[in-house]
Amino acid sequence: MDTMRLGLGGGDLEEAREDKETVLRVEDLHVEVEGRRILHGVNLEIKCGETHVLFGPNGSGKTTLLMAVMGFPRYRVTRGRIFLGEEDITGLPPHERARRGIGIMFQRPPTVRGVSLAQIVALCSRDGVDVEGLAADLNLGDFLSRDVNHGFSGGEIKRSELLQLLAQDPRVVLLDEPESGVDMENLQLVGRAIRKLLQKDLRRRRTRCGLIITHTGYILDYVEADVGHVLCDGAIVCSGNPREQLEGIRRYGFEECARCTR
Amino acid sequence: MHTLREIEERARAAADKPAPYGSDLDLAAYIDEAPERSYVDSLEQLEELGEEELARAGVVKSGRQRSGSFVQIDGSVVHRKALEKGLEILSTREALEKYDWLWGYYWKAVAVDSDKYTAAVEMGPYEGYFMRALPGSRTIYPLQACLYIREPRFVQRVHNIIIAEEGSELHIITGCASEHRIQAGLHLGVSEFYVKKGARITFTMVHNWAEGMDVRPRSGIVVEEGGLFMSNYVVMEPVRSLQLYPTARLVGEGATARFHAILVAQPGSEMDVGSRVILSAPRCSAEIVSRAITKGGYIAARGHIRGEVGGVRAHLECRGLILDERGVIHAVPELEGRAEDVDMSHEAAVGKIAQEEVEYLMARGLSEEEAVSTIVRGFLNVKIEGLPPLLEREMRRMMELSEEKAL
Repeated sequence: MDTMRLGLGGGDLEEAREDKETVLRVEDLHVEVEGRRILHGVNLEIKCGETHVLFGPNGSGKTTLLMAVMGFPRYRVTRGRIFLGEEDITGLPPHERARRGIGIMFQRPPTVRGVSLAQIVALCSRDGVDVEGLAADLNLGDFLSRDVNHGFSGGEIKRSELLQLLAQDPRVVLLDEPESGVDMENLQLVGRAIRKLLQKDLRRRRTRCGLIITHTGYILDYVEADVGHVLCDGAIVCSGNPREQLEGIRRYGFEECARCTR
Repeated sequence: MHTLREIEERARAAADKPAPYGSDLDLAAYIDEAPERSYVDSLEQLEELGEEELARAGVVKSGRQRSGSFVQIDGSVVHRKALEKGLEILSTREALEKYDWLWGYYWKAVAVDSDKYTAAVEMGPYEGYFMRALPGSRTIYPLQACLYIREPRFVQRVHNIIIAEEGSELHIITGCASEHRIQAGLHLGVSEFYVKKGARITFTMVHNWAEGMDVRPRSGIVVEEGGLFMSNYVVMEPVRSLQLYPTARLVGEGATARFHAILVAQPGSEMDVGSRVILSAPRCSAEIVSRAITKGGYIAARGHIRGEVGGVRAHLECRGLILDERGVIHAVPELEGRAEDVDMSHEAAVGKIAQEEVEYLMARGLSEEEAVSTIVRGFLNVKIEGLPPLLEREMRRMMELSEEKAL
């Protein structure tokens, strides 16, 4: 039943996860980008309230997986399916997926001239969101009237992306390297916003779940993850305890990761 | 008067002189006769144009939040009235009769022999408005003017003279429009602006023509010491051909000119729109900004800045968006430095909507159509520095009105 290969220290995890509802399921996913096969046979299951992290060397297909889950046409699914809850969303365009509750934080979002951050936040906001309050929390109050991403620094871009996501209030949060290009000062703020986004400090049951690409693993100092996956050459080669995985990767590198599953 | 005879002669000599830009029109194809329209004392009595038709030309029929109005239909001035002290509105003919000195401004900012269209205004039966802000006068509300064409094949000849006396402020909202059903028609509009020492003129113009209309405005602006001229021009609806190249001469120290143009060319429309600023005194500055969108039509977006003395600053920005593969945008930015210490720059970019931006907005829940429309509106959303808040609101309102239909 479980399509995941559980690696290091995954034993108890499986039991704990059993009673929770699956929110995002990726089944045997094959994806091509401009005729090049990037993903072949990715399986992934994220349950309600969970945070998963995705490790992998450059070019292994991490961003492609996120983009395919979001449904961008450049990332063509040639085989396999993506489910949000019970619904097969493989054929849906990005905005339909967004409206159903998938939200993505871009690593390098484009500038949209003449469209202010406030406008874009208003466009994606659920009703009753306190935009000003959220912006103040993210130290973005002065940025609301500026063209989105225009002249923003690395940290400002991340915070602006998180502001949009917090306003959008998605069930599934996809984060592409949230720590890249962010200085230490911003990292705390970004980490705190991600904790909020993923309801890490919530006493009630969490309703959101997340998938985070991390290259350095720094974000794990701020956000605990439940499951880690290592992606190599377009396939998940290892799933398990993210801290132990990171430790292994730091010590032995990704080559060893790939080898250990053979 | 010797000079008048000279003007006549120069006009006659230029009667067949084609304009350097835009398609050459055969003036014989148009008629000068249109029914005489009767004068009304208040705009609300005007039966010929409804509230909505006037609104398309930026004119509020109630006259609320306006300091005066001028309306001309075809060749008849049907209403003109200034409501505030310090402002004058007359028809140009009336004004020339009333003020002898006005002849000193007549054809001084625009050359009568520029081309056959300026010549035709002088030689034909013309009307048009005279607006003047007396020295030091400032009004909160703008003056409004509307030039409307109702008669098919009519050539509307207009000669406007606008003067902001020393230290005064003059805000004008003007619309030119025609009946949508009109098959053919020609608007020839000469406008001469004089901005005196320390004065300012803002001129916000919306064009709402019809598919069969040809339009040849001819504007010249003279700005004296410390004066400011600002033009905001919007044209989004179909027109057969439109060609204009207003020229501002900054003759006094510290004078400023700003031109903003928003152009949307529908299929079959041909637009050749430029702005020129000649900076001939120290510390003068100029800004020319245009946003051009083609939905299938042709646009030439020109700009020309000439720095004649040192210590001047100017910037030209010209951006085009092609939304239909039949469309053409030809951006022609020109900088001409004639002194050592000039600071002039330009940026021009023409392209299509970036797919990356569309997808970014789609990931936030906007459909492709909504994403494109948001990006296009953003593209046209130029921040205009120095426009009073009321005018900015009016400009937004007028743009929204046009955008609804055009985009």
